[in-house]
Amino acid sequence: MLYATAGAILLAVLACATHARAEDLPVPIVYLRQQVERPPVLSDLDPVPEDEGIAGATLGRDDNATTGRFLGQDYQLTVLDVPVGGNVLESAREALALSRLVVLDAPALDLLAVADLPEAEGALIFNVGAPDDALRDGDCRANVLHTVPSLGMRADALAQFLQLRRWTDVALLAGPYPADQAWAEALRRSAERFGLSLEDDRPWEFQGDLGRTAQAEIPLLTQDLADHDVLLVADEIGDFGRYVLFNTWEPRPVGGSEGITPVAWSPVLENWGASQLQSRFADLAGRPMRPADYAAWAAVRSIGEGVTRTGSADPADLRAYLLSPDFELDGFKGRPLSFRDWDGQLRQPIAVVQPRAMIGMAPFEPFLHQVNELDTLGRDRPESGCSAFER
Amino acid sequence: MRVLILPLLLLAPPVMAEEIWVTNELDDTISVIDAQSLEVVRTIETGERPRGITFAHDGSVVYICASDSDAVQVMDPETGEILHDLPSGEDPEQFALAPDGQHLWIANEDDAITTVVDVRTRRVVAQIDVGIEPEGMAVSPDGAIAITTSETTNMAHWIDTATHEAFANTLVDTRPRHAEFTKGGKELWVSSEIGGTVTVLDVATQAEKAKLHFDITGVHPDQIQPVGFAFTPDESVAFVALGPSNHVAVVNAQTYEVEDYILVGRRVWHMTFNADGTKLFTTNGVSGDVTVIDVASREARRSIKVGRFPWGAALRP
Repeated sequence: MLYATAGAILLAVLACATHARAEDLPVPIVYLRQQVERPPVLSDLDPVPEDEGIAGATLGRDDNATTGRFLGQDYQLTVLDVPVGGNVLESAREALALSRLVVLDAPALDLLAVADLPEAEGALIFNVGAPDDALRDGDCRANVLHTVPSLGMRADALAQFLQLRRWTDVALLAGPYPADQAWAEALRRSAERFGLSLEDDRPWEFQGDLGRTAQAEIPLLTQDLADHDVLLVADEIGDFGRYVLFNTWEPRPVGGSEGITPVAWSPVLENWGASQLQSRFADLAGRPMRPADYAAWAAVRSIGEGVTRTGSADPADLRAYLLSPDFELDGFKGRPLSFRDWDGQLRQPIAVVQPRAMIGMAPFEPFLHQVNELDTLGRDRPESGCSAFER
Repeated sequence: MRVLILPLLLLAPPVMAEEIWVTNELDDTISVIDAQSLEVVRTIETGERPRGITFAHDGSVVYICASDSDAVQVMDPETGEILHDLPSGEDPEQFALAPDGQHLWIANEDDAITTVVDVRTRRVVAQIDVGIEPEGMAVSPDGAIAITTSETTNMAHWIDTATHEAFANTLVDTRPRHAEFTKGGKELWVSSEIGGTVTVLDVATQAEKAKLHFDITGVHPDQIQPVGFAFTPDESVAFVALGPSNHVAVVNAQTYEVEDYILVGRRVWHMTFNADGTKLFTTNGVSGDVTVIDVASREARRSIKVGRFPWGAALRP
């Protein structure tokens, strides 16, 4: 997203004015986004939509408003968009003055700064942008719930799939950016957790234009990797990974950031009523629904479900209900979604997909759990270093 | 000898075999099952993505929700010919034919609308705003109340059929799928797929009267997803399809206790009885077959291969 004036904030109120009545319970929600610098990538094939995330929140608001119409609840969504280099804390104060329910799309450091503001005490913040496991671990905050899955949840889903297929020997190529490094670390951890063997682990350092030379270069770059069943790539910005597929020295499937990818949502999902969510979203946004849209939709829908069931828009009431066993959200992934009461993470199935179809939905059947199989993905209660949720 | 027998046969009254009609959502066909021989005797092409299916009370025509064709198709069951389409609104998924046989109440899944169509004039009588993803449809035996359940809004919407206005909206558990009136229209049952329950509502007050929970040994509760259900002709027993748990629950409709679970095909969805209520036919979406349950013994007796993703089932009158 490019805005002419640095520091300017785009403000849009998406109110549902048509049905609102004076006696309705107002439920104001603010969507606060800190834009981030995106490094240049080799291919222009997949631009990131400007309304990524915002469109998902808008659909969630619309879904809530339909229920609210029958129950006398008036859902409003205000979007505060902070450009790269803008002052997120200033906008956060503004957001928290408008509403005690904030959907936050920002990197982990910004998220922590917002959550620790004095104004944020007693508010309820939904993290839809930061996948860092630390935020569900030692850096967790009592006033933050996470609808975006952690890196660990996604990496565990892929590791379960590889173990299920008995493709247990893996090699890893990790890109240079912090997001690549974090994803590579999650993949290494999950490999160990699910008994995969990491046979090779290399940084990606090649600098040329693979759009022209992939067929010549990639076979040589992968020729001396140790024997493996699957080649994992950590390329979260979408730079080199797409050129690795089908150009490897050995005929091997590729997974991780390209090829076989574990995602919270994908346009290829169509079971469990997903096609209805897809078509509602496409009608609204004019494009397919992406994982960031899903996280934002799930956050706003969780608020709606909480308000509907408790009759309250108070953040403390909502937090208590969302963390209770009574809460369940239909996330169109075949199982009810709920929040982990030890770190505030939304437990959810993770789809393992390729670009043209879903391959499978994790957790996979052989991976059992004494409480909830969804807790085989990501940090489980005994592994968590989060203490902010202890009562 | 033949000369003698043939005239006798011709004189005998025609005996029509009892037929169960099953829509195959991903094949755009209907499989017609002979309820005696338990074999597929005909396969009929339909519009795109057929789901809900119901016969006119006199059996003269059959109505089919062809969801992706955005039409309710009216078919001659003798010839399998599509006679005409009814204006249905977009993406019709399920419907209920009112007791008058004239008004078809249609849930338009993608539009958050319930459409009422007069099947004689072939005109839309009314469109009513309901919750998101309307699915379950039912009309009370006296024709006074129509019900739409909306999957994402998690409500049963009570519509006055005279005014075409919703007079009550009742929250139920997550993803309500199917609704049926029972006990002479005094009770309404609503299944919740993700909630894993069936809610029994008192029609006079629209208040919850009972809630059914299900528990199958060895099956995770998340996999127990109630969808279609049906009452025996005497309304004493309800059979409830439990989706990906691959079981049908047998429920005592007086005490609301679950008495039995019957293993059927994969992702069991909807069901219908034969005319005397001795056999129950369930559609199993993922395994692409129909399970025949012997109602008296509560045992699955036969699987019948049909098309891809069987969805709805109806007894031809």
